[in-house]
Amino acid sequence: MSKRFDLIIDGKKVGAEEGETILKVAWLNGIDIPHLCFHPDNTVRANCRMCLVAIKGERALQTACSTLAEDGMEVTTVNPAIKRDRKFNLELIFGEHVEDCPVCVWNSRCDLLKYRKQYNSKMLRFPDRKTKRPIYEFGPIVFDQTKCIDCRNCVDICPTEYLEVEGVGSDIGIAPSMDRKKDCIYCGQCVVHCPAGAIKSQGEYGSQAALENLLKQKDKTVVVQFAPVIRSSIGEEMGLPYGTIATGQLVAGLRKFGFHKVFDTSVAADFTTTEEAGEAVKHIMSGKNLPVFTSCCPSWVRFIEYNYPEYIKNITSVRAPEIILGGLAKTYWAEKEGLDPKNIFMVSVMPCTSKKFEAQRVEMKINGLYPVDMVITTRELARIFLNKKIKIANLEAEAADMPFGDPSGAGVLYGASGGVMESALRTAYFRLTGEDLKDMDLFKEVRGQAGIKRATIKLCQPVKTGRGECVEIKAAAVNGIKNARIILDELKQDPKKYDFVEVMACPSGCAGGGGQSLPVNEQIRKKRIDALYAIDRGKKIRLAHRNPEVIEVYEKYFNTEEKRKNIFHTGFGQKPKTKIISRKRTKADGALHE
Amino acid sequence: MRNISKIAAARLTGRGGAEFPTAFKWLAVAKAKLEKFDRPAYIICNATEGEPGVFKDKHILRYFPGEVINGIRIALEELGAEKAYIYVQRKDLNTIKKRLTPFIKKLPIRFFAEDGGYLCGEETTLLEQMEGRRPEPRLRPPFPTEHGLHGCPTLVNNVETFYYISQIVKDEYRHTRFYCLSGAIRNPGVFELPIDLTIAEVLKKTKNIPRCKFFLQVGGGAAGEILLPDETNRPLKGAGAIIVYDRAKTKPQELMTRWIEFFFKSNCGKCAPCREGLYRLREELKKAKPDWLMMRAILETMRDASFCALGKSVYTPMLGLLEKV
Ligand code: SF4
Ligand code: SF4
Ligand code: SF4
Ligand code: FES
Repeated sequence: MSKRFDLIIDGKKVGAEEGETILKVAWLNGIDIPHLCFHPDNTVRANCRMCLVAIKGERALQTACSTLAEDGMEVTTVNPAIKRDRKFNLELIFGEHVEDCPVCVWNSRCDLLKYRKQYNSKMLRFPDRKTKRPIYEFGPIVFDQTKCIDCRNCVDICPTEYLEVEGVGSDIGIAPSMDRKKDCIYCGQCVVHCPAGAIKSQGEYGSQAALENLLKQKDKTVVVQFAPVIRSSIGEEMGLPYGTIATGQLVAGLRKFGFHKVFDTSVAADFTTTEEAGEAVKHIMSGKNLPVFTSCCPSWVRFIEYNYPEYIKNITSVRAPEIILGGLAKTYWAEKEGLDPKNIFMVSVMPCTSKKFEAQRVEMKINGLYPVDMVITTRELARIFLNKKIKIANLEAEAADMPFGDPSGAGVLYGASGGVMESALRTAYFRLTGEDLKDMDLFKEVRGQAGIKRATIKLCQPVKTGRGECVEIKAAAVNGIKNARIILDELKQDPKKYDFVEVMACPSGCAGGGGQSLPVNEQIRKKRIDALYAIDRGKKIRLAHRNPEVIEVYEKYFNTEEKRKNIFHTGFGQKPKTKIISRKRTKADGALHE
Repeated sequence: MRNISKIAAARLTGRGGAEFPTAFKWLAVAKAKLEKFDRPAYIICNATEGEPGVFKDKHILRYFPGEVINGIRIALEELGAEKAYIYVQRKDLNTIKKRLTPFIKKLPIRFFAEDGGYLCGEETTLLEQMEGRRPEPRLRPPFPTEHGLHGCPTLVNNVETFYYISQIVKDEYRHTRFYCLSGAIRNPGVFELPIDLTIAEVLKKTKNIPRCKFFLQVGGGAAGEILLPDETNRPLKGAGAIIVYDRAKTKPQELMTRWIEFFFKSNCGKCAPCREGLYRLREELKKAKPDWLMMRAILETMRDASFCALGKSVYTPMLGLLEKV
């Protein structure tokens, strides 16, 4: 137990724990000290200097984000000098930030604007000094130096150290690395950790016009699918509390916008699980290419392809759910409905920037077609709803379209770190024992927000393995690429350490994905995830292989091995470094002041 | 510990400009060394001296190289340090090396050369650079005395400080310091004189009483304070520079521009108020009629909010000039 003590903030006595900063104690007590460079996911760098506070007995003002609370301390968070400093500091910061609020990932809800109001800062006191700076494009990421306020959150959060600080003094700038050893994995963590909206994904926010155009074309069937975690995060930009489950309203909203069919990616996750559990069990039994790595996270796949090609063979060949759903729609479903697959346009709503890249990988093509034609982020969908005044909170819930409308509980877990693993283990249990899992909490060790969750699962009689009485699966669910490096190091030491490894590049898995709404922090991610587990608990069918749609499609359609391979499986391979495009800001980038 | 007591008794303060009691620093390193007994400790002699008007370290290294090395040797022994580094500007490396090497002999003293610039006068920036990172200041705590070079207890002292340590240990310290005089005077140079002389007395003793109408900048040629002739009845603080300006020949805006250009080139870019403030001050000074009120607001913000002493210190000379001259 660490020491607890009291201090005074703005005349109010508050309790604190040893090791907590003034900023944190204040925040826990409902006192908002302005901060831009501080993010709870990152290290403290104290370079924006917005969080200045006065401490009794200290001559100079101190930064609350970097100063530890002490017993008996007396802190003042606003006084005239602090007010003035914050006002001018913010004006200086606005001078290095081109405002393009209508097309910014923050959608005018950023802290810069919030503090501007509080401190009466003039946005235009100083002319923008960075308008001629480059905008970099790499993979699905657009990095705009003309908006960057040099806080370095992105540098800190980037799991591949791909973003680097260049230059000195006022010429400082953040830029993608030219180093051959480093490449972007498109996870978008830089996007959701930038206080200034300087980073976004390709296509934000041009998707609405493109979609409206498509919907006008008579011969097209425009189908939309939504990833597991969208149902518990879409409400965030629409005034719903964090973690609100809005599946039915989301479906209604998508229909209202005009999509012809609305499918649920979680149903496809049930297919992925069924296939992947089968594959994993096969490997574990034969001992070949162990451990099995999951493939649902394209950033993780890309990370392995670029940095650890020797492990490419370990990645399961089973495709990610959104791709499988696209594939099923353009084969099985097209056949069933009598549609020409070429006229089906598949849109996926994903919490992810990397999925934009995944959808365009040639390895994903099925029968010469891309399974998914367009990926939009949670943020983009929220913006479309806002623009079209589709208030999902007021909509009557509707069910998604069959046959891909009703997932098992397991399918919904894909949005959380550990969820893919848990779903697969539930089904593997059946494969190994011939019985359905009854205790749904048997694999709960892989849940939660810890960086690495290890579990050894021992299944004994009646195990139908023919290899002795029991089988043991050494599993690890990893959350974040930085932690994945740890696991890979362990595997270098002891190749037999794990049998089955799930890796999600983003903190807490897709719930913390780079396509999600801002802001994000551990509490918010937890709420998004808790909602998914609540959905799972409420479901009658919680095992992927028991989803009736899955059973039906397997029986009716996947009667040949070839069909199964064609739609469910793919391969991966070494990739060159991402091309970096550098361009200048144009009118099309939409600045408020010219 | 005998030598630390002597340093404490002599009330020696750091001569790099910050005037921190030297004995405290040594004690802190000694204490950290006890706690982290499995780690080496390091001594760093800072010879970067990057500010205009400050050129005493070069003078000391030139005329008293043996004393400086002796001071470093004392630190090595007293603190049980493994190695010492002398941090010099790349361009000075060869000259300084030639002068000091004969005195180093078998002592574990190495040179470290970089283009660190003014900001490396700041200890943690210097450490960052020595560890191969961007030369930017670190957050404190932890202090370099406990968590310095490669996370080990580290003593950073300036050339002049080591010189006086040698004198103190030999019982030869006479409470003097080095003064760098420059500007509109007849007899510029480096002078070793008692610490408690007033600035007026220093000018007099060095035969440098200006004949023109003048004002002074003392401490350093960028961050130093501005003094009028009637303010010179006190001893000098800071880095030992006294610069005399001829009032008739000095255009305030030009002088400010010189300072701001210097700071602008020297700032690391880490914190917003300093990086952005200097940019805007520089732009404003390019105008025929700068907005002094706004500049003042920027300077106040920089003074209160900057991460390190560089940004904080711009206020003093600028406001001095604005208000006094
Ligand atoms: S997308 Fe991910 S890997 Fe790429 S720069 Fe951003 S944080 Fe780094
Ligand atoms: S891009 Fe954003 S997160 Fe990165 S340094 Fe600039 S303002 Fe900070
Ligand atoms: S964890 Fe999820 S959101 Fe993040 S990159 Fe991977 S698939 Fe995308
Ligand atoms: S939040 Fe404390 S300095 Fe940026």
